Amino acid sequence: MKAKRSLEDWLHQFTFVAPAFVFFAAVMLVPFALTFYYSFTSWNGVSNEVSWVGLANFKQIFANDSAFFDSFSFTARYTIVSVVLVNLAGFLLALLLTRPLKSRNGLRTVFFMPNVIGGLLLGFIWNFIFVRGFSAIGNATGIGFFNLPWLGDASTSFWAMVIVTVWQQAGYLMVIYIAALSNMPKDVIEAAKVDGASSLQTLWRIVVPLIMPAVTVSLFLAISWSFKVFDLNLSLTKGGPFRSTESVAMNIYNEAFQNNRFGLGTAKALIFFIVVAIITSIQVAITKKREVEA
Amino acid sequence: MEQRYTGRTFALEVFAIVLGLLFLVPFYFVLSNSFKPFSELLSHTVALPSAPTLDNYQRAWEIMKFPRAFMNSLIITVVSIVGLTVISSMAAYRMVRYPSGFNRLAFGLFVAAMVIPFQSIMIPLVSVAKEFGLFGSRTGLIICYFGFGVPLSVFLYHGFVKSIPLEIEESARVDGCSKFGVYWRIVFPLLKPMTVTIALLNSLWIWNDFLLPSIVLGLKPETRTIPLATYSFFGQYTKQWDLALAGLVLGVTPIIIFFLSLQKHIIEGITAGSVKG
Repeated sequence: MKAKRSLEDWLHQFTFVAPAFVFFAAVMLVPFALTFYYSFTSWNGVSNEVSWVGLANFKQIFANDSAFFDSFSFTARYTIVSVVLVNLAGFLLALLLTRPLKSRNGLRTVFFMPNVIGGLLLGFIWNFIFVRGFSAIGNATGIGFFNLPWLGDASTSFWAMVIVTVWQQAGYLMVIYIAALSNMPKDVIEAAKVDGASSLQTLWRIVVPLIMPAVTVSLFLAISWSFKVFDLNLSLTKGGPFRSTESVAMNIYNEAFQNNRFGLGTAKALIFFIVVAIITSIQVAITKKREVEA
Repeated sequence: MEQRYTGRTFALEVFAIVLGLLFLVPFYFVLSNSFKPFSELLSHTVALPSAPTLDNYQRAWEIMKFPRAFMNSLIITVVSIVGLTVISSMAAYRMVRYPSGFNRLAFGLFVAAMVIPFQSIMIPLVSVAKEFGLFGSRTGLIICYFGFGVPLSVFLYHGFVKSIPLEIEESARVDGCSKFGVYWRIVFPLLKPMTVTIALLNSLWIWNDFLLPSIVLGLKPETRTIPLATYSFFGQYTKQWDLALAGLVLGVTPIIIFFLSLQKHIIEGITAGSVKG
């Protein structure tokens, strides 16, 4: 039945693909295309008048908007630190919980649990922990760490964000790493042991290369989560103190919805998209190259 | 290969349990303090409540208009999940079985769209939503979830449909089943494991989402979801931790119950959903 398409086939194609494609086009494709257009305008989001301003938004951003680049620098530092720590924590938890522990199923649930709560509520929970919980522990034990001004100071707020991120995301990556570790061929490990490799050598030279596909996915997820951070940022620090923990997403949001400069916000959103696309494709290309066949 | 339970394993077990308890400390703080009157919360933050009270919960329940927020979240999540499951599985099936030029292009677009951060398109989305009259309504929000959920859902179904042998469909056709019948009676039931995965991943995302509903719905009490209700509650009662904590526990409880009752499937779903990339 290779001849010409029958009416039934057209109907089939239409009812099966059109709904998904139409919703996707309306909500993602069209807005994405419009991003390119609005970034060259001075639209305020309310009026129907959208005036073309050429490259003015980009000039404005690159020449005068140091806050935008501060938010980029914060987001980049936050992303680097949390991607490394989250992956490390997730991997170590996975190593621990692939051991024959009696409590491992329960513990997997425990470590995963923060992940099911949205970033906004998690941020509020930790807001309380940093403001009241830590100082209570600090007063009881006298340990200086707990008495730091956690949300009141630029450098400790940065680490506050990192701590909550690791607590939230490590469990998710742990699940991915556990899957990779349990699918790993056991004979290779045995062979390495017989050949006299130390556990660290086995881990670094055998285990890590074998689970590279999981590393690719985990790095990709962690990078895109951290780069897009908004909810957690909003409920934990609101970008403060003095915008020192303002993420790019929050900067774009404020430009559009607080200052009503939709054109300028869209230009920032476009720059943001380009940066995220470049970074994630570089990361995937690099880690894919290191994947090996067992 | 189960190893023997040695002394070293026992030490690791103790270490892991201590780590697990540390992980739960934030929940302990929030939960125990939500049952204390404000003055006790300030003076005895670490201790268990001396005389647990439900006052905070009663007031938070009313201020947040909790039942309404809960119903809004539930309706939006359930309708979005059902719709996404139907449209994504059908599209993925057609794309695998009839790979025309358009279907290949559309699938390529779905895959490419997965790297677009939401914040990059949220601003023009506002004008599109206004144009289509999607603003301020739950229906509008659900339509947005259809659009944003399609790429990943189609992508995951696509991989799964490929693993279903074509012979079953062919024999059903020979026996006189219609093309539509083949899909609904034969293929869709076979997709069930992937459907469960996709439904669970999407429900965690949609239930917890804050940014999209705040843009599309605003903070009106009638339509707001649990994250939106929690957000406006916190704005009002920032320093009143007794109320705020009770509100937080209310907001977190439904999703925790959901997770604990389905945790096995959720964890399997994460594994199935992430092994491809």
